[in-house]
Amino acid sequence: MKKEKQSMRRFIGSDPRALTLLTLPAVILFIMFVVVPIISGINISFTNWNGYSQNYSYVGFDNYRKMVTDPQVWTSFRNTLIYGFGSTLIQTILGLALAMLLSSKFFFRSGARTVIYLPAMVAQLIIGYIWYFIVTYERGALNDIILLFGGDKVDWMSKGFRAVMIITFINSIAYCGKTMIIFLAGLQSIPAMYREAASIDGANAWQSFRHITVPQLLPAFTTSLVLNIIGGLKMFGLVVSMTNGGPGYASHSLSSLINTLYFANQQAGYSAAVGMFSFVFIVFVNVLLNKYLQKKERQYNG
Amino acid sequence: MAKKRSTLGTRWNWLKSITALAVSVFFFAPFYIILSLSFKPRTDRTSYWLFPKEPTFDAYAYALDRGDIGLAIINTLIVTFFSVILVLIFGAIAAYPLSRHKTRLNTLILSCFVGVMMVPPLSVLVPIYKELVTLGGINTYWGIILLTVTYSLPMSVFMFTNFIKSIPKELDEAALIDGCSQFMIFPRIILPNMAPVISSVLILTSVSIWNDYSFQLYVLQKPKLKTITLAISSFFTEGNSNMPAAAAATVLSVLPVAIIYLCLQKYFIQGTMDSAIK
Repeated sequence: MKKEKQSMRRFIGSDPRALTLLTLPAVILFIMFVVVPIISGINISFTNWNGYSQNYSYVGFDNYRKMVTDPQVWTSFRNTLIYGFGSTLIQTILGLALAMLLSSKFFFRSGARTVIYLPAMVAQLIIGYIWYFIVTYERGALNDIILLFGGDKVDWMSKGFRAVMIITFINSIAYCGKTMIIFLAGLQSIPAMYREAASIDGANAWQSFRHITVPQLLPAFTTSLVLNIIGGLKMFGLVVSMTNGGPGYASHSLSSLINTLYFANQQAGYSAAVGMFSFVFIVFVNVLLNKYLQKKERQYNG
Repeated sequence: MAKKRSTLGTRWNWLKSITALAVSVFFFAPFYIILSLSFKPRTDRTSYWLFPKEPTFDAYAYALDRGDIGLAIINTLIVTFFSVILVLIFGAIAAYPLSRHKTRLNTLILSCFVGVMMVPPLSVLVPIYKELVTLGGINTYWGIILLTVTYSLPMSVFMFTNFIKSIPKELDEAALIDGCSQFMIFPRIILPNMAPVISSVLILTSVSIWNDYSFQLYVLQKPKLKTITLAISSFFTEGNSNMPAAAAATVLSVLPVAIIYLCLQKYFIQGTMDSAIK
């Protein structure tokens, strides 16, 4: 008995494995709100539960079979891809351009940085409500400008695909400040002598950008890609506030579709099945992305 | 020759300044519109671009009084404050063993945590809702706080472990030789060095919790518990035609974060950079 106590004390006192106990609060929360919900989500996805009733029955693969042929799911899936990869493309180009512009010192540089980064502080949902006043049909700020130049008012969000494009654009504008900061940090870490050496060797601005700046920025590219793709694929608040998935179901992301299926349509079982699909898809994209980028980085770093 | 180059340089700089100014005007335009609209009387039908000739605070009074924006701000403060404290404590203590000892268990725990960063909340919210109903956590502060903490922890663990790795391990070893117990190394040696990363995590986590919508939408369904995002969304969805009041509510919800951002800008930018380092 005494011996056991002693060895216990030695374990706590000096065995590094005992330190893992410090992760316990985090691990318990992780089990409660990540592991259990995933398992229970899989379970719910095989039922016809409506979201509140006590009674439901197992329906086998019905929900998944329905999903494969459901045009709403496919449209949301396509939109999610556009939101994710489209935003990533625009934000990377815009963020890099802004970072290049704002990396050297000149009048109003820090003012511009402040303003560009400001929307990144604001919730997606609220960004959507702010832009509502710009793209709305009646008295919208954008339509006012068109009227001023003698054009006709446009109902911007009335066509599904156009709405998807506009949401992607707004998402990119609002959050490219973060990408810009990541690239600014990357640009600052490039030693000035690299570019000086290149210009002595007779490289022009484009060559120096292509062969020095871009490879040196690769870690920054990696991070901004991963962050933007994850962010875009999670798209929820902005869709809810700009179109609530409309017109019809045309601009839903997978996340906002899950929400509508659950709250409005009371198809909790089906909603859970779509949830599992989006979960597996995003994990898949990220594993692929990480593998690819690690390989690429190794190539550049020789 | 030298003079010619410098005038070319100045001209180039002016061009940059003008471009930066134009970009800033474009980025600020949406904020200008809700600001100007929020000072208009309800009956004002002029273009959103025009600032009112006689600004009024009517819309703000309406938003605070009928829209319960004040209550929403207090609720959001409560949720954000307690969640952030727990995220900092749980995140920091978990990060210490995970960054110092690469046992198989620790590696597994770390990769599970980091994996959670990419889970879209909506994909698991239906089962989480069901679980919280069983536990009695719907419409409670503890329900929303524990859930928020769970999904904010991965980012903090990620940033804390990266930072602790940069603190020399020799410090730990010296302390052990001097007779410090291994559980005391973290509070005595590591924690005092962590101020910069704590401020980064504090800022990033506060902003993201302040801005959360999806978790709050599912857990807080009583009007009395409404947070800012929920209050704003009911302003826009419940057939409200008082556009100045909706704009005022939006301004009020953005204002606290915007003010803190303007004062502590340096730390916000540092935080974003810290979160991006691999």
